[in-house]
Amino acid sequence: MKVNVLAFGIAKEIVGGSTVEVELTSDATVGELRAELEEQYPRLAKLASFMIAVNNEYAVADNALQQRDEIAIIPPVSGG
Amino acid sequence: MIDIQISDKPLDISSCIDWVMSPDCGGIDVFIGTVRNATKGKEVTRLEFEAYRQMALNEMQKIAEQALEKWPVQKLLIHHRTGVLQVGEVPVIIAVAAAHRAAAFDACRYTIDTLKETVPIWKREVFEDGEVWVAAHP
Repeated sequence: MKVNVLAFGIAKEIVGGSTVEVELTSDATVGELRAELEEQYPRLAKLASFMIAVNNEYAVADNALQQRDEIAIIPPVSGG
Repeated sequence: MIDIQISDKPLDISSCIDWVMSPDCGGIDVFIGTVRNATKGKEVTRLEFEAYRQMALNEMQKIAEQALEKWPVQKLLIHHRTGVLQVGEVPVIIAVAAAHRAAAFDACRYTIDTLKETVPIWKREVFEDGEVWVAAHP
């Protein structure tokens, strides 16, 4: 399946836009998405950390993804 | 009661304080974040804030609810700016009202400390000779 992933902050600069399309297997997990993103965009792996959010919640590696999920790359936050 | 807002307009400190004031509260604690003119000795010309808006609102709501569970606090407000801010402008206001001051101080500190760890908002520091996303790299 193809998923659209939102990107913010420095992640937007790394992937070259505010969304990026990623091709995954139909039963892909958050961990597999992370691995795919790091392979396509090695600069992501050089960040202090990055999280994946699914439907506005922080997700963990074994969470399953659906095509219609709202998925986002969350680089280290720095509000306040 | 909780009031959470993200705005691209200047934040209004006195209206935030007015909102938390309450006859049953004897203490109001306010944290105001301001744009500092330098980082590690280097002059900052402006900051740029970006938010993942709906998730940031959700995460701030969670923090406020946690604070109200942990301490006897009546009202808690979090307002955060987005967009371009100049030195001296206000990116964040947290205001807490409680019957007694200890709870207000503790809840206010918890709120700003947790916001900085979990809320998906990012700031970019802009210098004379470049710019950097704060905290992005180890």
